[in-house]
Amino acid sequence: MAETVLYDVADGVATITLNRPEVLNAMNDEMGAQLLAALRRAERDEAVGALVLTGAGRAFCSGEDMRAQSERLGAREAGRAEAESGLGRILRERYNPIVERIWDCEKPVVAAVNGVAAGAGASLALACDLRIAGPRAGLVLAFVQVGLVPDSGANWFLPRMIGLSRALEIALSGRRVDAEECRELGLFHRVVADEELPASAREAALRLAEGPYSVRLIRRALRFGAGHSLADTLEYEAELQEMAGRTADHLEGMRAFLEKRPAAFTRRPPGA
Amino acid sequence: MTLVEVGAPEAGVAVVRLRRPEALNALNARLMAELREALFALDADDRVGAIVLTGDERAFAAGADIKEMAGLSAVDMEYADHFVDWDALREVRKPIVAAVSGYCLGGGLELAMTCDIIVASETARFGQPEILLGVMPGAGGTQRLTRAVGKSAAMEMVLTGEPISAERARELGLVSRVVAKEALLPEAVRLARTIASRPRLAVRLAKDAINRAFETTLSEGLAYERRNFYFLFASEDQKEGMAAFVEKRPPKFTGR
Repeated sequence: MAETVLYDVADGVATITLNRPEVLNAMNDEMGAQLLAALRRAERDEAVGALVLTGAGRAFCSGEDMRAQSERLGAREAGRAEAESGLGRILRERYNPIVERIWDCEKPVVAAVNGVAAGAGASLALACDLRIAGPRAGLVLAFVQVGLVPDSGANWFLPRMIGLSRALEIALSGRRVDAEECRELGLFHRVVADEELPASAREAALRLAEGPYSVRLIRRALRFGAGHSLADTLEYEAELQEMAGRTADHLEGMRAFLEKRPAAFTRRPPGA
Repeated sequence: MTLVEVGAPEAGVAVVRLRRPEALNALNARLMAELREALFALDADDRVGAIVLTGDERAFAAGADIKEMAGLSAVDMEYADHFVDWDALREVRKPIVAAVSGYCLGGGLELAMTCDIIVASETARFGQPEILLGVMPGAGGTQRLTRAVGKSAAMEMVLTGEPISAERARELGLVSRVVAKEALLPEAVRLARTIASRPRLAVRLAKDAINRAFETTLSEGLAYERRNFYFLFASEDQKEGMAAFVEKRPPKFTGR
């Protein structure tokens, strides 16, 4: 059986490629399980400092495999399945762990959005730290077109990134938001030519992988701030800064600055 | 090799660390006996005003030692007074801050709840999964969890066996603070040092009175509080504390 997710490590960057190009990288149980396993592997691998998530072929990820869903519906109509649609279970068992894995990952994750990111595929891209995209990429919250609700975190990410008003318009219309518009909205950090995309994404990941330990703390601080009050965030910042101040990388960064040379970070946690 | 490591007291605080990493700090009889001994020794140590109890990054304690317990009979457990070391921990008079990272499940949560304050790392997971093994909490879980989070949430946790996140534990009041994982021990020690810097006799009687709240009616609890309050007026620290306040100077407490 072909691998539905490819995993490759080079120069401290793990590249995870969704690999069902014949169905625009639609997600099924197997691909979900392999993606989760690949994310865990990259997180545990000490040689990996950052991740790139991308898709093989024309699409990034077209979301839930509609063929599987239509088979489930067929079964329901024939009265063979229980009354539940199964979508809640699929989210809890398959998508939610993946989104949480990306969100809670200790290492930065760059999405190389090579083509369309639709449905839950758009949510996967939004869960990453940076989105660098090809010109034919786009986000489609297609859920409304099939009578469903955005999921896999889209309702959390999108309003925080572009505001409730614009998020509502995009989710209610289910229209395709193309690469240029995504860039203007700030959803894509950069749009580059197709042939440059893999190298651009790798380079961005590599820069993060070579950064100080505080790269990890900065990601956590901003993610924390997105979900907490000012008072809680102020306290969290004080804790993190106290810890960042105790890292060897802080000392190295200060010295390098004073000596006007590039810093050589070791990314060791405080006290190590 | 000991299963419980006791750090040298510093600024009034001793850190006690559970050390069975290969078993995610599962609590076996030997560990609990060592823990009791360590905590009783610190309770009697004048250099110590507060104690921090912690595990490691992966686990505070993932539970009681199931392998050790699996073969026991009800009669064995009754005669061996299986939880005698657990029960003894509530006799420690000095405040204990549990610093929890990673798994805090079953007996691990029961141990944390025996402490006075729980500080959690954002990675902590709390649960009472005993139901999944065909039993139920047996070292205080049904009583202390219910007192900490209320009936409905306690029922959900105990009857499903599913764990909750650190954030959720804070919402429920099970933990007082959630901190960044790197900051867990420093923040727990900072909190313990603050407590250790307070007049010791007052800390001791205040802890005693708060614990009484879980044991008695409101009227009796209020009467108990009042007696402890009056008792402190027999202390040098009360005279010093109030005199310093009136004279607008920092107090010098002696614990007498």
